[in-house]
Amino acid sequence: DTSLTEVNSFSPSVPISPSSMINQYKFEDEREIRDLFITVDDPESHITAIETFITYRVVTKTSRGEFDSSEYEVRRRYQDFLWLKSKLEEAHPTLIIPPLPEKFIMKGMVERFSDEFIETRRKALHKFLNRIADHPTLTFNEDFRIFLTAQAWELSSHKKQGPGLLSRMGQTVRAVASSVRGGVKNRPEMFTEMNDYMETFSQKISVLDKIAHRIYKEEKEYFNEMKEYGPIHTLWSASEEDIADSLKGVASCIDKCCKATEKRMAGLSENLLPILHEYVLYSEILMGVLKRRDQIQGELDSKVDALSSKKTEKDLFSEEIGKLEDKVECANNALKADWDRWKQNMQYDMRSTFTNVAENNLRYYEE
Amino acid sequence: MEDCLAKKMEITVSEAEKRTGRNAMNMQETYTAYLIETRAVESQSEGQCAPVDSLWRRYSEFELLRNYLSVTYPHIVVPPLPEKRADFVWHKLSADNMDPDFVERRRIGLENFLLRVASHPVLCQDKIFYSFLTQEGGWKDMVNETGFQLKADSRLKALNATFRVKNPDKRFTELKHYSDELQSVISHLLRVRARVADRLYGVYKVHGNYGRVFSEWSAIEKEMGDGLQSAGHHMDVYAASIDDILEEEEHYADQLKEYLFYAEALRAVCRKHELMQYDLEMAAQDLTSKKQQCEELATGTVRTFSLKGMTSKLFGQETPEQREAKIKVLEEQIQEGEEQLKSKNLEGRDFVKSAWADIERFKEQKNHDLKEALISYAVMQISMCKKGIQVWTNAKECFSKM
Repeated sequence: DTSLTEVNSFSPSVPISPSSMINQYKFEDEREIRDLFITVDDPESHITAIETFITYRVVTKTSRGEFDSSEYEVRRRYQDFLWLKSKLEEAHPTLIIPPLPEKFIMKGMVERFSDEFIETRRKALHKFLNRIADHPTLTFNEDFRIFLTAQAWELSSHKKQGPGLLSRMGQTVRAVASSVRGGVKNRPEMFTEMNDYMETFSQKISVLDKIAHRIYKEEKEYFNEMKEYGPIHTLWSASEEDIADSLKGVASCIDKCCKATEKRMAGLSENLLPILHEYVLYSEILMGVLKRRDQIQGELDSKVDALSSKKTEKDLFSEEIGKLEDKVECANNALKADWDRWKQNMQYDMRSTFTNVAENNLRYYEE
Repeated sequence: MEDCLAKKMEITVSEAEKRTGRNAMNMQETYTAYLIETRAVESQSEGQCAPVDSLWRRYSEFELLRNYLSVTYPHIVVPPLPEKRADFVWHKLSADNMDPDFVERRRIGLENFLLRVASHPVLCQDKIFYSFLTQEGGWKDMVNETGFQLKADSRLKALNATFRVKNPDKRFTELKHYSDELQSVISHLLRVRARVADRLYGVYKVHGNYGRVFSEWSAIEKEMGDGLQSAGHHMDVYAASIDDILEEEEHYADQLKEYLFYAEALRAVCRKHELMQYDLEMAAQDLTSKKQQCEELATGTVRTFSLKGMTSKLFGQETPEQREAKIKVLEEQIQEGEEQLKSKNLEGRDFVKSAWADIERFKEQKNHDLKEALISYAVMQISMCKKGIQVWTNAKECFSKM
């Protein structure tokens, strides 16, 4: 991706970098010029001697050159999605990888394989892949392509390649080591702002998530009571003559209100609740991305400090430092661009989902 | 409608006041007193208004009045009083008798009671009722002096007592059945309505939380901030709107409650008729058996086995003089009995006639009132929806500006 290396300034006072402007432009276009269409559907249960699991059908339609065919149909299980996510995080540590639905629900109200749970998960997986497809960088990731196209056995063998467990552990150790430094000292102001923003945002979004769930619950209980309310009027009309029709009229109106309430609830659970939940997960992801950027910077900072104390091995160090500086620069730019993109998306999502809630409520009252 | 009191006199229960005093057992108690204001309605020319008379009464005096009316006019469906204790409450309403909202609703209910009595063609002419409205002192004594308590049939209080009536009047049986159904369906409706109100309250109030969070969130947003902030304001408006809506609904509930209690009054009339019928049948039975006894003594034949017959057989028969005396007594009793039966029959027929007239009147009133109540409920719901539409239209606009 050429756009990211264009920026040569590392200064924290960069207002809107050209790269993010390009990304913004791309974002608007993305919605119209799409060349990759993905659906996730048809959950199927598989029972083996060891375990029971669900697979989902992933259908891809594309006109891109790097894909051998224009249509693909594969089956994937949750584990495969987890693998994809971790590969993407590895390859792009400071990009915002979309959230996956959680492994299991802690609330205990939903059974692991209940229809409700599977459907919610399916929708979230569908969203996950589409968000990746819409991302200007991630969409061209090789592992992503393999995920969409490889047959089950091909995917397994591909998974086994790549950096082994030990090297991955080494990476983690180094990351932890440099995180001690944290890179907070020389952190550009914009990233501190991002951090503060994310802290408040994640608080607020999680409260909103709770409120929305509470509203759903109250509406459900209201619905339950209303179901009993209408029939009483019908029962009463049976003992009356003169007012029987009026009573039956009231009963039928109450039943209509019940149906309208059901629609209202469905609107919430299909639209607002999943979006809020997604952004709760996004908050965690973003905090993680900011940390990783700090870590990368930390690596640079610790090397720079080491250089200033060991004046002798200058050449060796300077090459390393040069590389690290590039790395930091790339990471920062990637994050900045992606951050702007994410905020745009978030604004769009929030606007559309809350507008949708308002429309639903209007429809409810009109009915 | 004839010239009833309501047309000649304006009656209001205008105020309620907390009082303390000493009760019958000389213990201190708190109670509420209600101010009854009356004013003669004259042709108001040049804005001339008659002076307002007023006096204070407490709930127990209203109860006394109603008991008096029930006993004195057993064939009338006597208007009910508002409930003694708060029933069918949902969580926001207080069950406390001293709660100002409860007192206010009771004040309205008492006024309604007086207006109902004053517009009843028969009841409005009652002197005790008139004194209740106009004479502060000595009213209680006046009521007690009527001796109505003696007339009160204690059997009516025994709700579970069943008196097997051999020839029940079908119409009254049906009516009693109807009043039972009405009672049960209205109380069920009120219970569920209270629960629905509770839930609706919850839905609206939780939306209020949005207001606070939106406001806090808008602080960290640049472009979205204004939209969020103003949307939050609308959420607050939405949450607050439910209080007025539900208060209005309480009035609807009170209207239904009146008819719940009216059902009780209707049932009472049926019971009174039942007892009357029972007494009639008992009297007729008694008369028949006396006649039979008489006949047996006169003819000396024992048609049915009787202990007396046996003893007389065993211990010797009575003298003819003794028998003559007995027959005489019985004949007198039979005479009395026949007269009583005649008057009881007459009473019964009168009762049925006037009761049925009042029941027809009541039916019309009930149908009219309930229809109006249902209409007003529908109007309330429509208004609630209109408010909802307004709020969410505004909110939608704010959201779309985010």
